[in-house]
Amino acid sequence: MSKNFSLRSLLVRPEVATFLMFLAIMIGFYIANERFLDARNIRIVMGITPEYIIVAIGIAILMISGEFDLSVGSVFALVPMTIVQMVHQGIPPWFAIFLGLMIGIIVGFVNGFITLRFGIPSFIATLGMLYIARSLTTVATAGFPPPFPHILPNELFVYQFELFRASLYWALLVAVVLGVMLHRSNVGNWIYATGGDQNAASSMGIKTGNVKMFCFILCGFLAGFAGMIQTFRLEAPLPSQGYLLELESIAAAVIGGVSLFGGIGTVFGAVIGAILIRFLESGIIMARIDAEWFRAGLGSLIIIAVVFNTYISRRATRIGQNKAKD
Amino acid sequence: MEDIIVCEGLNKYYSGVHALKDLSLKIKKDSVVGLIGDNGAGKSTLIKILSGAHQPDSGHIYFEGNKVKFKSTKEAMNLGIETIYQYSALIPEMSIARNIFIGREQTQYNVGNFGLMKTKTMQDDAMKALTDVELHLRSPDTPVNQLSGGERQGVVIARAMYFKSKVLILDEPTNHLSVKETNKVLRFVEGLKSQGVTSIFITHNLSHVYPIADHLCVMARGEKIADLDKRDTTIDHLTDLLVNG
Repeated sequence: MSKNFSLRSLLVRPEVATFLMFLAIMIGFYIANERFLDARNIRIVMGITPEYIIVAIGIAILMISGEFDLSVGSVFALVPMTIVQMVHQGIPPWFAIFLGLMIGIIVGFVNGFITLRFGIPSFIATLGMLYIARSLTTVATAGFPPPFPHILPNELFVYQFELFRASLYWALLVAVVLGVMLHRSNVGNWIYATGGDQNAASSMGIKTGNVKMFCFILCGFLAGFAGMIQTFRLEAPLPSQGYLLELESIAAAVIGGVSLFGGIGTVFGAVIGAILIRFLESGIIMARIDAEWFRAGLGSLIIIAVVFNTYISRRATRIGQNKAKD
Repeated sequence: MEDIIVCEGLNKYYSGVHALKDLSLKIKKDSVVGLIGDNGAGKSTLIKILSGAHQPDSGHIYFEGNKVKFKSTKEAMNLGIETIYQYSALIPEMSIARNIFIGREQTQYNVGNFGLMKTKTMQDDAMKALTDVELHLRSPDTPVNQLSGGERQGVVIARAMYFKSKVLILDEPTNHLSVKETNKVLRFVEGLKSQGVTSIFITHNLSHVYPIADHLCVMARGEKIADLDKRDTTIDHLTDLLVNG
């Protein structure tokens, strides 16, 4: 009896559903083309995935706290562009990296400040920031994308090992550290409480404004850090980098079981969600389907994931209510 | 018996509305006080002041004989005054154990205020806290949204007990509960007395609080209109006060 119950409670965990979806897609595309799971293809896909994983983790934690950030795609471009331009101005590479990452933190702070101070939806505050940061990136480009300064220590972040790039290990480090923070630390408990029910959380003495501000800053920092990794990998700072990434990272979080209403989600789910999207993209190409179908596939996946999770959480609640009636 | 809380001449205005008028009240230690009144009578304002969520515009509060001024709910909680709000006392998606320890997690490897939660200790203590209020649930990891309304109130009361609250303010704890669940909650509250906890039970349903209350306080239009020992009153008399003010 107790074993049955634990299996049931495992199945109602949203990230388990995501993982099953992930397996289904991997097997499906493998059947369509065996080379989908070749070391070569895995190397290609996992070479670009870490950047998306890092952004998705930031978005997921912010969404769990009950807020959104639509500016991550723009920050993803602004931070590396600033780093590159600062190095061209003669600023030492490590100091430029430090200042660049600070910009991500500042953008996160401004997003949080505007949202919390003026009590407007973060959707709007960060939509504004999406345009502002993208515009700043283009301005910083000064009309022509600058060359990549090779004195930057990019190998440290993107060195290609046998199968994986260094960036994957950075992403795993971020996932483990933030996973422990979210699921094991008291800060994580406050984040879930704030997103789950802000009034209840503050009546229990949690400073919900500070918790949200922390999540905004973390999200901005991670978006900038991930953008830096992409520029280091491509060795080309592009003002268009990270275009539509904000929606894709929300998609990754949602596919990974993060609730749009806050209070639900895991770091693991966001990681799987991000990997799933990249393999979906690769699988469609490998299966010789027109690549334009990628977005249709992604769209369907989002809808299926949310419908499934809503169904499951309703069911879980109903189990509880029926039990109460006994 | 000594008084645990004494209020003297509390006044509160909300943008011109005089929500609490010169309210004085004495609450005896280890008693159950029923605070009754219709909607808009000022019950909520009073408990928000007692719980530290709002500050009075004038008047004084004494707790265990000392004058106190709460700037936040946290300050009141640290002294042992715990408030259970009608709808928002628990986070539905979070487990029982996590809910019990919200904001007061047991941690290790601390850096400043931050640390890793002692999950196992929290789970064990949560189960013990539930058993102490005679609430027998299967697992401390069950999300609260799988519990019935009465069980949820039980969890909240267990939480207050665990943190050694001296005063428990319950805001409409029996609202929207079935008769059976209401009785459960009433039993929880009755059990608090013997454990040295004073409770203030806010309700507009006299029949819920009357059986377990030692003292009844009736409010209307921001004023206290009656403050009676149960021995000196009857349910009919109180009903009359409630309806006719």
